[in-house]
Amino acid sequence: MSSSLLFNVTTFLFLISTILFFVFLASRNSSIGLGASLIAFVGWVVETGAIILRWKESYEMGHGHAPLSNLYESVVFFAWTIILIYGLIELKYKYRVIGAFVLPFALLGMAWAQLGLNSGIEPLVPALQSNWLLYHVITCFLGYAAFAVACGISIMYLIKAKAEGDVSSEMQAGSVIGMFPSIRVLDDLNYKAIMIGFPLLTLGIVTGAAWANYAWGTYWSWDPKETWSLIVWFVYAAFLHARITRGWVGKRAAWLSIIGFAATIFCYLGVNLFLSGLHSYGGGGK
Amino acid sequence: MSTNKRNFVESLWDFFCSLKLSISLLIGLALTSIIGTVVPQGSIPPEYLQTISESKFKLYQSLSFFDMYHSWWFMLLLYLLTVNLVSCSIKRLPRVWKMVFEPQLVMDEGLEKSLSLTHEFKISGDAVTKLKDFLASAVATPVVTETDGSTHLFAQKTPWCRLGVYVVHLSIIIIFIGALIGSFFGYKAMVNIPEGMAVDTVYAPGDKAIKLDFAVKLEKFSVSYYNTGAPKEFKSILTLIENGQPVKGYEKVPVIVNDPLSYKGITFYQSSYGQSGEGSLYHFNVSRRGGSGGAQLDLKKGEQVTLNGGATLEVLEATQDVRQFMPEFSGPAAKVLLKMPGKAPASFIVFKNHPEIEEQRKGELVLEYAGADEKLYTGLQVAKDPGVWIVWLGCALMTIGIYMAFFLSHNRVWIRISNGRVVMGGTASKNPAAFESKFEALVEKVKALK
Ligand code: HEM
Repeated sequence: MSSSLLFNVTTFLFLISTILFFVFLASRNSSIGLGASLIAFVGWVVETGAIILRWKESYEMGHGHAPLSNLYESVVFFAWTIILIYGLIELKYKYRVIGAFVLPFALLGMAWAQLGLNSGIEPLVPALQSNWLLYHVITCFLGYAAFAVACGISIMYLIKAKAEGDVSSEMQAGSVIGMFPSIRVLDDLNYKAIMIGFPLLTLGIVTGAAWANYAWGTYWSWDPKETWSLIVWFVYAAFLHARITRGWVGKRAAWLSIIGFAATIFCYLGVNLFLSGLHSYGGGGK
Repeated sequence: MSTNKRNFVESLWDFFCSLKLSISLLIGLALTSIIGTVVPQGSIPPEYLQTISESKFKLYQSLSFFDMYHSWWFMLLLYLLTVNLVSCSIKRLPRVWKMVFEPQLVMDEGLEKSLSLTHEFKISGDAVTKLKDFLASAVATPVVTETDGSTHLFAQKTPWCRLGVYVVHLSIIIIFIGALIGSFFGYKAMVNIPEGMAVDTVYAPGDKAIKLDFAVKLEKFSVSYYNTGAPKEFKSILTLIENGQPVKGYEKVPVIVNDPLSYKGITFYQSSYGQSGEGSLYHFNVSRRGGSGGAQLDLKKGEQVTLNGGATLEVLEATQDVRQFMPEFSGPAAKVLLKMPGKAPASFIVFKNHPEIEEQRKGELVLEYAGADEKLYTGLQVAKDPGVWIVWLGCALMTIGIYMAFFLSHNRVWIRISNGRVVMGGTASKNPAAFESKFEALVEKVKALK
């Protein structure tokens, strides 16, 4: 059994889970919902195995390193962290329907990785041979994943808030939207997801700075990736302060969360695709 | 307070204390920071200059876009953020401080009304002792206050977590202080050292020479490769020399990427390498096609040597491993310029491991390359930053502060006992839903006390 087979199985399971989540939305059948999240979690377990296997395979090739060193490996890991954070939030707050707005992010990541990216296991260039790589990448991606979940919740918020403005509540009760948690709950969950993501992003930036200082002697050099991570950090800091002043909860907070996630994605992918800098190793399409 | 009575200072103070200003500054910093990721910073590549018009270039330059993170307006935003942070804290901290260190010990009627969680019940026997023990085991040792006829108990958990926000804000200022110290008292510099040589001067940007009070000698430099041809390790073996003597413990220290060497607050990082033109010798054997034997030649780079017969040979470039440039070949290779008398000069590559290529060239002379005694130089980044520990202190404080602000809650419980009537009230600074179930559990336990 190879890791790439397991990654394919993962992708397939995420696809089934996403479809079931949409059927769940349409049918409001709670056992379909349960099936959708169970399959997502099985996919997550399979993916965990695949990541460990890939790690082992890299040792067998003679240049063992954690599978976090190129674009393919990071996209796969991103999908893994998204399901992890979603799983934690579902276990804690029991709003299964959020999965319908989160699973597509993980599916998109896996599908892109499997179909569009070079999955070869490469030896590490000298710049990446450091344990800091592990601490830095894991904290950053857990943070990104929490922001992805917050973004999914914010999209639900906007849909629900719009529907509440448009149609009467009896009509709503019969539609897909009726299954969404109330907008107050969505607003609160958005905040909670960002409360998970913000400390992790902060740790990601700090470990990145520590690594840069250890490897190059400068903890901050305004390289585009660093700068974009700070931009993301500013946006979410603005979000947190906005909540304290009245009038910024609700729609505006949801938009800030979506903008924050867009900035996150640009920080992760856009910088490598469109800008140049120290982190350019992250590139590497087929 | 009517607006027209306020003087200028007061409205300025309000301006600096406002959260609207903080949000605007944070968003402003996010937006302006984008400029420096799109416009090149520092030295501008010539290709970029061709893509923008002269007037645009002048505009960008006058706005300091090419060094925007050090421009006056970006600094101004950061200073405003600092002033905003400090004023906000000065305004709010006293109230929070009081809440933490001088808590309200008595639940009067006003407080009781403001609490969303209250419960009233009766209790028999020595209610005060029972409830005191109960609070001590379930929440925290309570403070007892007697007022006219009533006894008040107050217990709280993690009150200091309310200071978390201020710890975060303070940490930002500490990081700024560390960065300022680094920029005033530290430097970043570069130095190239050829193998076997020692230097005691490094160069900051703008070729500013900085003399160290010790010297760095490069004993040896080496590169190793993976079997794919990708570089695996760059290694400088360094010895530090002080007063003409090697420094104990700093002799023949290997320095690789991600593993620097520090001495007296100055750190050396492996950054680049190259062939040091000085002293390298390239070994060739030249013979006539079909002939035997031939002549041994030791060439220096860029030096033209005349062979007997009138031809001249010069080494243009050489490498110890050609794989990085031509993956289909391996081993050392040299690019040479050969001028045969009466013919056009020819430039071609001679491979140590691939003599068949030279066979195919079908020249009058056959060259064999025997490799080189090459001298390399190492490029080291040199940094001194006395502020870096303050920056790390700030980062640690920020992490602790964020943890306090996000994940700890200040929970308070009051009990008032008067004439056998007991009222219990509680509140939490965070997560009201979770506290509600905790409070209900407390009520259940209190009821079981009877
Ligand atoms: C412009 C400068 C800033 C000002 C004036 C400011 C002001 C404030 C104020 C007044 C609060 C609310 C305190 C309360 O609960 O009463 C707060 C909360 C907070 N601030 Fe700031 N802040 C600034 C910058 C930052 C930055 C750059 C960060 C980045 C980490 C930050 C992190 C936080 C956090 C984590 C909270 C707690 C939010 C929550 O509990 O949801 N602040 N800030």
